Amino acid sequence: MRQALEGSQAIAQTVALCRPQVIAAYPITPQTHIVENIAKLVADDKFECDFVSVESEFSAASVVLGAAAAGSRTYTASASQGILLMSEVLYNIAGLRIPVVMTCANRALSAPLSIWNDQQDSMAVRDAGWIQLYCADNQEAVDTTIQAYRIAERTELPVMVCMDGFTLTHTLEPIDIPEQAQVDEFLPPYTFSRALDSRNPITVGTLVSPDYYPEARHAHHQALLNAQDEIIRAHEDWSAISGRSCCGLLRTEGDADAKIGILTLGSVFGTLYEARAAHPELGPVRLIKLRAFRPFPVAAIQEACAGLTDLVVLERALSPGGGGIVGNEMRAALAELPDAPRVHSYAVGLGGRDVPLDIYARALAAVDAPTPERFAVLDAELEKLPAADR
Amino acid sequence: MSPEHPVYLEDKLEEIRDSGRLHYRSKSLPTWCPGCGYYSMTEGVTWALNEIGVRNEDVVVVSGIGCASRFPFFMETYGFHTLHGRTLPVATGVKLANDKLTVVVVGGDGDGFAIGGGHIPHVARRNVDITYLLFDNGIYGLTKGQVSPTSAIGFTTSTSPFENHDQPLNPLMMLLSYGASWVGQAYAGQPEHLAKMIRAAIEHRGFSYLHILSPCVTFDKTDRTYRNLDFSVRNLPEGHDHTDRLAAIHEATKVDQPAVGLYYVEKRPTLSDTLDEIVVRAGGKPAQQAGAG
Repeated sequence: MRQALEGSQAIAQTVALCRPQVIAAYPITPQTHIVENIAKLVADDKFECDFVSVESEFSAASVVLGAAAAGSRTYTASASQGILLMSEVLYNIAGLRIPVVMTCANRALSAPLSIWNDQQDSMAVRDAGWIQLYCADNQEAVDTTIQAYRIAERTELPVMVCMDGFTLTHTLEPIDIPEQAQVDEFLPPYTFSRALDSRNPITVGTLVSPDYYPEARHAHHQALLNAQDEIIRAHEDWSAISGRSCCGLLRTEGDADAKIGILTLGSVFGTLYEARAAHPELGPVRLIKLRAFRPFPVAAIQEACAGLTDLVVLERALSPGGGGIVGNEMRAALAELPDAPRVHSYAVGLGGRDVPLDIYARALAAVDAPTPERFAVLDAELEKLPAADR
Repeated sequence: MSPEHPVYLEDKLEEIRDSGRLHYRSKSLPTWCPGCGYYSMTEGVTWALNEIGVRNEDVVVVSGIGCASRFPFFMETYGFHTLHGRTLPVATGVKLANDKLTVVVVGGDGDGFAIGGGHIPHVARRNVDITYLLFDNGIYGLTKGQVSPTSAIGFTTSTSPFENHDQPLNPLMMLLSYGASWVGQAYAGQPEHLAKMIRAAIEHRGFSYLHILSPCVTFDKTDRTYRNLDFSVRNLPEGHDHTDRLAAIHEATKVDQPAVGLYYVEKRPTLSDTLDEIVVRAGGKPAQQAGAG
């Protein structure tokens, strides 16, 4: 049934439908409403779950790690500094191949201190070994959360569902919250193959000598690559049940014969979608929304970019001293193509800077540059900086 | 607390202007909720610094995350707005780099006892010469009212809508057990006493911990209100021996009637002292020691 819901509220209701048995979280802006809504659902007996409001994000991630290893379906959520404080545990969860699902309510990182949206937090833990799925709107975040549990449990990999803080978490949208029976059909009760069991005692997290460490990392990498099939399948199966389709690994929108493409992650896609519809005079453009950033879907990206001469990458993150994180990975992925498009790499919307519709025209204007921009913060107002920092 | 004679705003403002306290206040106006205990704390800190006579540039105010994090903005001193829960290690670094500085750490119960709780015992046992003003309102105020590690059992918040069932921490007992060399308690509803306690805490050489009871006037309308605290807060019994750690712990157990005053004090070498001693023993020259704090 479609309801007008705040993104956080919708996620809380969706998590409840997935029947997690243990939830641990620590409030942090802009994730707090998710946790508060979950606490209320538990208190109102809307679903049965052990909910614990712990003393830090480090603790939250550790509680769900323990609970998931013991065989429970779990959930946590965080953002920004919380993700960084969790990061040691996030690596641990992934390396141990424990299927935890969490929401990252994307927010900028300190310093300078900012509570507003960008995606530097989840990008900072991109190498932790989690599956990362970026959502363009709240309906997609709802559907992705449900799919995340099945992907995690089938691949024995943790999944981070990334949704832009405030832009999505605090925005009301008409959202279709599925029926419990639909979710139950899609998501059978969780059984973890390596759940702690006193009849078959094992020790989790032991030291691995150089004889096995590289193999463990190789297997983890392969598991993530293989997870692409499961991400596609989960999307297809959930679409069949829900009647809604967002996309599997990525989504392309617009002209198949366009020579110019713009790729982004998260809610900026919605802005580009509207802008493209409003400005047909700017010529044919192919929009690409990358949903799966980890695993990085190289084959799907190459297919989506076929025929392009120029690709503009807009991302809400950067690697200082390195440039565009997604931009650089796109260059690497496309370099194998015979007629690889030129990649123009930009950060936009850092620290909550608004990403208005005219970003579309500005991105397209960048294509006219004789040499593609290696990397720039597209919406930086450089006149605010002393000359030496420009 | 009601005055025996009327207090007129003009007189009060003149008194504050003449006191020299404003010298320590920046031009930024505080953004806390009207009635918040942080106003008492700001007044107390500026009064204490003025009484001690420390120069603005010799004071560093360190905060973490929470309503206290704004505190340095309103002070005309050096300020450091650190990460959530990391005030004490940063303050330790500041003090080690320059022992002359008066280092005042401000934070709430969430910053201090939840996410940053692991640091407190180590600062206490090392006796770092800093002052920790812990503002305990039993709730996360900045994020609009979630349960904290000092929330009472049965307290209802947005993350404990079923009522809090976790035993609240007893910070005074913890600090006394950790080996803090100065432990006291004050109440934001008694600003003059609070100011004197802040002064004593800053003047103590070693790690001083002042626990400040205060309501969250916006997100706690039922539990730790001025009305309830006015009713329950008492003074430490006359004759309390503040050199007796066990007697202090005994007083700290009386949480239903929290007592304000100096619980415990001892003289022992600070972290800088012990580090200097190593240098001296190795035949080197110790760092010069001075400063109020």
